Amino acid sequence: MAVNGSTKFMGYRRENGRVGVRNHVVILPVDDISNAACESVANNIKGTMALPHSYGRLQFGEDLDLHFRTMIGTGANPNVAACIVIGIEPAWTNRIVEGIAKTGKPVEGFWIEQNGDLKTIMDASRKAKDFVHFASELQREPCDVSELWVSTKCGESDTTTGLGSCPTVGNMYDKLIPEGIYGVFGETSEITGAEHICKERAATPEVGERWYKMWQSYQDDVIEAHKVDDLSDSQPTKGNLEGGLTTIEEKALGNLEKIGRTCRYIDILEPAEMPQSGPGLYYMDTSSAAAECVTLMAAGGYVVHTFPTGQGNVVGNPIVPVIKISANPRTVRTMGEHVDVDVTGILRRDMTIDEAGDALIDMVVRTANGRATSAEALGHREFVMTKLYRSA
Amino acid sequence: MSNIPQLLVHDHKDNVGVVVVEGLKAGTEMLCVVTADNSSFRMKSADDVPIGHKIALKDLKTGDTAVKYGEDIGKIVADVGAGGHVHVHNLKTKRW
Repeated sequence: MAVNGSTKFMGYRRENGRVGVRNHVVILPVDDISNAACESVANNIKGTMALPHSYGRLQFGEDLDLHFRTMIGTGANPNVAACIVIGIEPAWTNRIVEGIAKTGKPVEGFWIEQNGDLKTIMDASRKAKDFVHFASELQREPCDVSELWVSTKCGESDTTTGLGSCPTVGNMYDKLIPEGIYGVFGETSEITGAEHICKERAATPEVGERWYKMWQSYQDDVIEAHKVDDLSDSQPTKGNLEGGLTTIEEKALGNLEKIGRTCRYIDILEPAEMPQSGPGLYYMDTSSAAAECVTLMAAGGYVVHTFPTGQGNVVGNPIVPVIKISANPRTVRTMGEHVDVDVTGILRRDMTIDEAGDALIDMVVRTANGRATSAEALGHREFVMTKLYRSA
Repeated sequence: MSNIPQLLVHDHKDNVGVVVVEGLKAGTEMLCVVTADNSSFRMKSADDVPIGHKIALKDLKTGDTAVKYGEDIGKIVADVGAGGHVHVHNLKTKRW
């Protein structure tokens, strides 16, 4: 491996010491009804990006906590240079502003009640313009690869992901986790069938027990509570089935290839929770739906995402570059514009997993340096909030 | 003969393998590679099988457990002979 923890890349060092690989000025709606104002501001001020979403009203309890965690985590992500927050009223708006402000980055909130959309848009646009001037003068500086936070989640998996693209990510983690990076994997429903293996991959039996409890409660509270017969219509997905995956057990075993052979997870994160236990690999309790999962990991503070795909999931994220890895020659042939790292050689047996892992690490560093991913070039900005239950 | 395998098998304990080429026809004398140690063997496909789909490495009977990655991936629900296509018509999850 040519890259190690002290290999340099050019990143943006933020006020709190974290390192970003992008330099976004984000216009963040607190709630669904503030999307229009945010999109107007982003239209007025070039170099900003609105993140419209569908929720933020009448949520309560754990679901509301997750909403705030996702909003604050998104604004706090080191790939964001500065953030405008717009909500319908000041209380929840300010709660999000204060959460993001803890990073030390520029953030300002605006609300629509007693102002109307037009005045809110004007005031927020003026501040957004200031933020664009601020962000555009920030310079990339040499940072250590060990300072990267790299997440993973696969999508539209098939049997080639378990053979090629997932072990490629696993090889990357086996090499980079010991160098001091933060990693994260999740997809709780998709560990079903491999839960005995996942439990054993915890750093300590205590962490493994906590993981298993979390997994079991998902089975009981979500799957058993809501299933009609089985999940064969959803998990595996229709794309998974087309690609040759038949059962959830088979899918789960391929999925777990993403954590390699040697690294072990050190802690378990709530959805969108920021890791607090130092460098290492984490498990985040997420949905297996691509956009939901990547949005949660980005809110947890991860700055680059590695995404193995078999049949060709095209997902991206507005603030985090999503690197696609595929070992499926049909997918690379028919939709190659979505693939950043072609590891089809693994199936032909002319590329080893070790070589594929090095190729991915190279692409992670190039992406961190600023190379636009396929998803970025194609405009994929899926930002999807996870909802735990109906609003009040 | 090409040294590009048509079938990959994860583990020596497995009783199914994965087709890794497009357009595999019944009757193909396949080069099969076990990825765990790169050992190889040959066997004949019994069906036309799409890329990514599985083939039985031996005769599998209803009630048998399908094994891949050396692990249980579900139950056989219709007999399938060696070289035959294994998918939703003859393999089902043991979960949910």
